[in-house]
Amino acid sequence: MATRLEALNKANSASPTLSKAEVQRYSRHLIMPEVGMDGQLKLKQAKVLCIGTGGLGAPLGVYLAAAGVGRIGLVDFDVVDHSNLQRQILFGTKDVGRAKIEAAADRLQDLNPEIQIDRFETRLTSDNALELFKDYDIIVDGTDNFPTRYLVNDACVLLKKPNVYGSIFRFEGQVTIFGYPDGPCYRCLYPEPPPPGLVPSCAEGGVLGVLPGIVGSIQAAETLKLILGAGESLVGRLLLFDALAMRFRELKLRKNPDCPVCGTHPTVTKLIDYAEFCGIRGEEAPAAPSTVPEITPRDLKARLDRGDDLFILDVREPHEYQICNIGGHLIPLGELSRRVNELDSSREILAHCRSGKRSSEAAEFLRTAGFRKVLNLKGGILAWSDEVDPTVPKY
Amino acid sequence: MAVKVVIPTPLRAYAGKNQSVEVSAKTVGEALAALTVQFADLKKHLYSDEGKLRSFVNVYVNDEDIRYTQKEATPVKDGDVVSIVPSIAGGMRV
Repeated sequence: MATRLEALNKANSASPTLSKAEVQRYSRHLIMPEVGMDGQLKLKQAKVLCIGTGGLGAPLGVYLAAAGVGRIGLVDFDVVDHSNLQRQILFGTKDVGRAKIEAAADRLQDLNPEIQIDRFETRLTSDNALELFKDYDIIVDGTDNFPTRYLVNDACVLLKKPNVYGSIFRFEGQVTIFGYPDGPCYRCLYPEPPPPGLVPSCAEGGVLGVLPGIVGSIQAAETLKLILGAGESLVGRLLLFDALAMRFRELKLRKNPDCPVCGTHPTVTKLIDYAEFCGIRGEEAPAAPSTVPEITPRDLKARLDRGDDLFILDVREPHEYQICNIGGHLIPLGELSRRVNELDSSREILAHCRSGKRSSEAAEFLRTAGFRKVLNLKGGILAWSDEVDPTVPKY
Repeated sequence: MAVKVVIPTPLRAYAGKNQSVEVSAKTVGEALAALTVQFADLKKHLYSDEGKLRSFVNVYVNDEDIRYTQKEATPVKDGDVVSIVPSIAGGMRV
């Protein structure tokens, strides 16, 4: 198990050496006995694959590159967007519109020209994961969705490679190491993902910008410790961090002998369709078709200009209303059932939210509650900004 | 027995925005039942339609996963901390 890593941990200073420039660069490592020359050479020989170069991948990449990890692979297919800059500290304003992989690789190579950066501008899939992972000693998961989480986990277990895991939500993070020999895997902790309907929507999403900085840095520390073979790793421990309470807690993680992928009788022996596993339908088959009629922003504008009597109901949260609004009456989706008496069923109601998902639920609810004339704004206020009024900011 | 139930960030919206709730219970099952009586919206996030704890929600008494103790029959005593720990994926883009 983890043979590359063990070989690395046994590596001796006889094989490669450090140049004069490297000695200078890594001097604060070299003068501490826990790293020293042996440790620095282990770092130089190590190969780490970072899945994602976003919020978690940024501090991770920066610290691994700075520490002198000899070969760092980056996997990302996204493009830098303005809304990334609040937390994805690898990127600057000038990078907006660039491929993340290019911007990230340039930044890391600038930070440390002594190391090799491998670029994989691709979406991680069941078809390419094993091939991508096989050359690396450690995989670090900095992704943002359940299908990829399970894919990374299963590929790591199948290849017997440690998976340094971190995830974040609002101001709370989780960190551990999965896939270590005799240690638990992600499926031991969570055998199944939540059904899509129970995953928090944009109304409940968001993340404190510094949170991925802290969690990604912890992932970096664990990765460096694995390479050095130093200290106590997070294998078998789930570290929970709450930035609001500023508190760390720790829970025991156990290997589940009945785990379908790492248990004694595994039933998952190759990579599967993770979108299907997570209950996510393909692009061609969108979520349950709503029976509520939709109206496009352009048609809505035309009707309003005509002076049609339309009651605009905004079902977003108050903090979203503050960002931008089109003058609708605000009743957050979660409060709709008990505030339904604020609505006049004789008038035609146009429900809208940010992207159209919550308002479709709201419109559905109103129809079952006896409201006959209900419309849903297709694409929400985002589409309104695109098609009708570009002065409305998008978020 | 007075135990503290720690509510994770994603579920606080369904629990009156509380970070933790004190309940009186002798087992984990009783503690969660007391919690869902107080906050009915939490129920569908913790339990499936068949009344089983959902597989993406783990429950701990102090640092021990109840799946490896007596599950919901795991006894709790004064001062114990029951933690609900759901899986979170990351950026939560919708």
